[in-house]
Amino acid sequence: MTMRERMAQVSTFWNARSRFQQWGLLIPVVVFLLWLPVLNPPIITTEPATDFPIALFNAAVLALIAIGLNVVIGQAGLLDLGYVGFFAIGAYTTALLSSPDSLLGVRYPWLVIVPIAMLVTMISGVILGTPTLRLRGDYLAIVTLGFGEIVRLLADNIDPLRGNRGFQNIARPEASYPDGSPVFTQTDVLGFYWLAVCLIVIVLMLMGNLERSRVGRAWIAVREDEDAAELTGVPTYRFKIWAFAIGAAVGGLSGSLFAAQVGYVNNQRFDVATSILYLAAVVLGGAGNKVGVIVGAFLVSYIPDRFQFEPQYRFLVFGVALMVLMAFRPQGLLGMRQHLLAYGREAYQKLFGVRTGVAPSGMTPSTRAEGDLPETTPDDHAGTSPRGGGE
Amino acid sequence: MIRRRLAAAGALVAAVALVLSGCANQGGGQQQGGGPQAGAPSQPTDAVLPAGDGQGRCAPGTSIAYTGTIAGQNAALGIAIVNAVQLAVDQHNAANPNCQVTLVRADTGGTPDTAVGPVTAVINNPQVLGIVGLPFSGESRAVGPALNAAGLVNITPSATNPALSTNGWTNFFRGLGNDAVQGPAIARYIQQRLNAQNVCVIKDDSDYGIGLAQQVTQALGPAATCQADVRTNQREFSAVIGQVQQANPQAIFYSGYYQEASPLVQQLRDAGVQTPFIGPDGVKDEQFVVNAAGAADGALLSCPCVPQEGFTDFTNAYRQAFGVPPQTYSAEGYDATTILLQGIDRGAADRAALLNFVRSYNGQGLTKRFQWSPTGELTQTPVYMYRVQGNQIVTDSQI
Amino acid sequence: MAASTEPWINFDVGLLIDRFWANTVNGLAYGSIYALVALGYTLVYGVLQLINFAHSEIFILGVFGVYLTFLALGFEPGAIPDLPLGFIIVDLVLAGLVGMAVSGFAAVLLERTAYRPLRRRNAPRLAFLITAIGASFVLQQVIRIWRGSNPEGTIRLLPPSPVFTIFGAPVTNLQIIIFLASLAMFFVADTFVNRSRLGRGIRAVAQDPNTATLMGVNRERVITITFLVGGVLAGVAGLFYLMTIPQGAVYNGGFLLGIKAFTAAVLGGIGNLRGALLGGLILGVAENYGQSLFGGDWRDIVAFVLLVVVLMFRPTGILGESLARSRA
Repeated sequence: MTMRERMAQVSTFWNARSRFQQWGLLIPVVVFLLWLPVLNPPIITTEPATDFPIALFNAAVLALIAIGLNVVIGQAGLLDLGYVGFFAIGAYTTALLSSPDSLLGVRYPWLVIVPIAMLVTMISGVILGTPTLRLRGDYLAIVTLGFGEIVRLLADNIDPLRGNRGFQNIARPEASYPDGSPVFTQTDVLGFYWLAVCLIVIVLMLMGNLERSRVGRAWIAVREDEDAAELTGVPTYRFKIWAFAIGAAVGGLSGSLFAAQVGYVNNQRFDVATSILYLAAVVLGGAGNKVGVIVGAFLVSYIPDRFQFEPQYRFLVFGVALMVLMAFRPQGLLGMRQHLLAYGREAYQKLFGVRTGVAPSGMTPSTRAEGDLPETTPDDHAGTSPRGGGE
Repeated sequence: MIRRRLAAAGALVAAVALVLSGCANQGGGQQQGGGPQAGAPSQPTDAVLPAGDGQGRCAPGTSIAYTGTIAGQNAALGIAIVNAVQLAVDQHNAANPNCQVTLVRADTGGTPDTAVGPVTAVINNPQVLGIVGLPFSGESRAVGPALNAAGLVNITPSATNPALSTNGWTNFFRGLGNDAVQGPAIARYIQQRLNAQNVCVIKDDSDYGIGLAQQVTQALGPAATCQADVRTNQREFSAVIGQVQQANPQAIFYSGYYQEASPLVQQLRDAGVQTPFIGPDGVKDEQFVVNAAGAADGALLSCPCVPQEGFTDFTNAYRQAFGVPPQTYSAEGYDATTILLQGIDRGAADRAALLNFVRSYNGQGLTKRFQWSPTGELTQTPVYMYRVQGNQIVTDSQI
Repeated sequence: MAASTEPWINFDVGLLIDRFWANTVNGLAYGSIYALVALGYTLVYGVLQLINFAHSEIFILGVFGVYLTFLALGFEPGAIPDLPLGFIIVDLVLAGLVGMAVSGFAAVLLERTAYRPLRRRNAPRLAFLITAIGASFVLQQVIRIWRGSNPEGTIRLLPPSPVFTIFGAPVTNLQIIIFLASLAMFFVADTFVNRSRLGRGIRAVAQDPNTATLMGVNRERVITITFLVGGVLAGVAGLFYLMTIPQGAVYNGGFLLGIKAFTAAVLGGIGNLRGALLGGLILGVAENYGQSLFGGDWRDIVAFVLLVVVLMFRPTGILGESLARSRA
């Protein structure tokens, strides 16, 4: 039995469960993940080179980012190379509203700031999307890349944003353990990690509902064939802006979480290279598959951390890992899910009953091209449709 | 290889050194009378070296850490430091059979977010008693509070932002003069020695470049007639040069690092701009001279460090170990390591003891005399002006 | 904290006007380097619809090829060579050929080892993108581990000297050579794609790969040749870059230039050779204008804002045509 078929079986089994059964199976997984930094298992741990809970927290933040970016890339099929811009806007909003270095002179608590940060990034998503979303495919990609760079360079150049000097003492969520020590600190990040995992679960639930709604169906229509969607009466432009805005809001949330943990924000780290890593996280795991992008994000964050003990070679290892993973699983580790339509579950159960032999989920060799982002027909043209990713 | 020129780094020598350097300073002073002290002081013969007296004793496993970029952003600067730290530790261990210190290398990547993980790992490693780092001001700000809370002494060999010492951190020590020391001295030199009343200040986009440019511009006052900006990794400067030509200044001060300074000065000279070019310690590097290929001739380079001509032992050892000459901040990294090693040799067995040792330290290093104020600034930071002559950086004068 | 006295953005129209011609001359010369690199992006994009993110590393490999040839020829870093002009030109041509060979070979190798296996497996477009990013990491890190992270010492064979002036703006010998040679390279590439048999194959594959294959075009060979041509052009760009910026041989030196060149390609209309040339030149000039107008730290923003604005009005770039439809 090939790896592919085995995965297909797992997939079929999973899809045949009811939502309650799925959650029943997921809860132990989540509990295990929450417990992981405490277990600190040998071989998996990144210590002594770098702190293991912090490595996990960074992976969790990247997972949150990947979930947000997945809305744009995986669901709506829009290639966004400037997502780091939203992350930066979230982080800077948090800094401006809570750091004593900020000219605004306010020190709001973190919990107050988070919705503001998400709103601000959402608005900036709309601002970016309104003029650019009429572009298609790779033109959109390069414009978003330009947008990401513009955000970073503005942070460099506009004095009140303090460039490299940055903002210190950014607000953290306030809570303390029974012994009075704070839960959320920069170096003891168990609290932050747990918070991040909880946020991921919440965002996943919201995203799941969104995907099964009219909005989600419209996104898939746009992704599969924008012209056909438009002709059948889907207001594609509006839904593309929705995808941008919702993706941006999640980016803002993760930026805010990041700023709180580090407690400091400056203009470093919001460059194109970081944006590209986000993209790698989404594609590596399998664009369009929420669980997949979480796995992808974990790998993209974890591999360089795991090789932290050999800094000279860790990015070489990372680059090789990207190439090897793509060579062996071009659709991503977990392929795209094709059954996200409403009533999809009932439809599949009617079609396939409880049979578990052949998977209906696009993972079998005969239908493997279904994982292909821009098109669903097998094509020997290198899988690179001339029509571009977003069309 | 290592000449043990240090007979005893004892109190007597230190006291003599203090007197000597005190005299020199009085002579140099604030007044720029062109006194007879101008010129290179010889190598500080009393410089404390990592080898110490060879009598060091410490527990096995005792470690110090370098935390800073190794393979991340601006890796070249980090490698220049970590190599020097490694050299100092190796020399120490070779000379002190009873005290073998381990060097922990923690790659912070040079950015605030990536610094937190490795630094936390260092904090959680009880065998690490002291840190050389962090090289950049941004990452220093991000992890400074955590290091302070851990009581882990850290001596930065290169972060020069003056605000770093105003955070109330009791464990922070700066191994070189900050921008507020160097800036006014440079401005004085430009105005009084060069008689320039029309100066272009060009800065890069680094914390260092911006901070220093601000200090120099303020001290120059109305003489700072034109401002220009370049970006890190920029290599083509025709528009900046146009700005300079337009202003037609009597002097150009470049606030940044040598990577950008060498193509800049070369393109300036190519464009026919022969105005005196002044750079700070970030430019004072052999690489600047080599990479500007002749165009650097006559450039003036300031540095809050004593002249390095005498450091032949260090330079040779470094070159032999790593195949390249030491670069910007190598010597500072070497000195900072020496101080930590001295403390360990003298029996500082935990973080608090080493912190106390550094706090009350008073000794001569390769680059300067090390004694710190309560906020962690050096009490004496002589600033020297150097000049590029032929293919060499020679000492001009103390300023 | 002391407030900075300097405004964070300038609006110096006077400087823009005074420096107009000098900025134009310098921008055209530097822009032709962008254009040569942009051609590589555009060719690959035209045939495979792939943003070849590793192209910037192909370029920097060419720079290193040129630099190491200089070293092998016995030039010393930091020294000013004192040789008759004839020798220097021979040496430059020799180094350029090596750079072209290195870049061309690297591009083909990249295609064979990284992209071809993906094509065999019918991988989606995004997989190519990630592989390109991975390859970019690998090439950069290999150079860093091999040559260190410091820029290589300067070797400059031909110092620039003004030959004549246009409206008071000096034009140097280097700028003339680079501009003219880049134009010549462009015309060779353009003629190759538009007139030769192989070029027709490239256009056919770009237009419709399936039909082209059915009509007897060897698609794999066409792809290999496309990468080869793009790599060779990047090698030429490497020589010109190192002549202009002798400090340019450093492991991460290709990244920013690559992004700019890609921007140039999109600006002109990606997939279109003439668009790449036009985009490169416009970007080179616009950067200089913007820098004079707004100040040096706005240089990169100008490039990206220009891109966004142009795409607003011409959503497929200035010339907007695809490779396939660009007729001679």
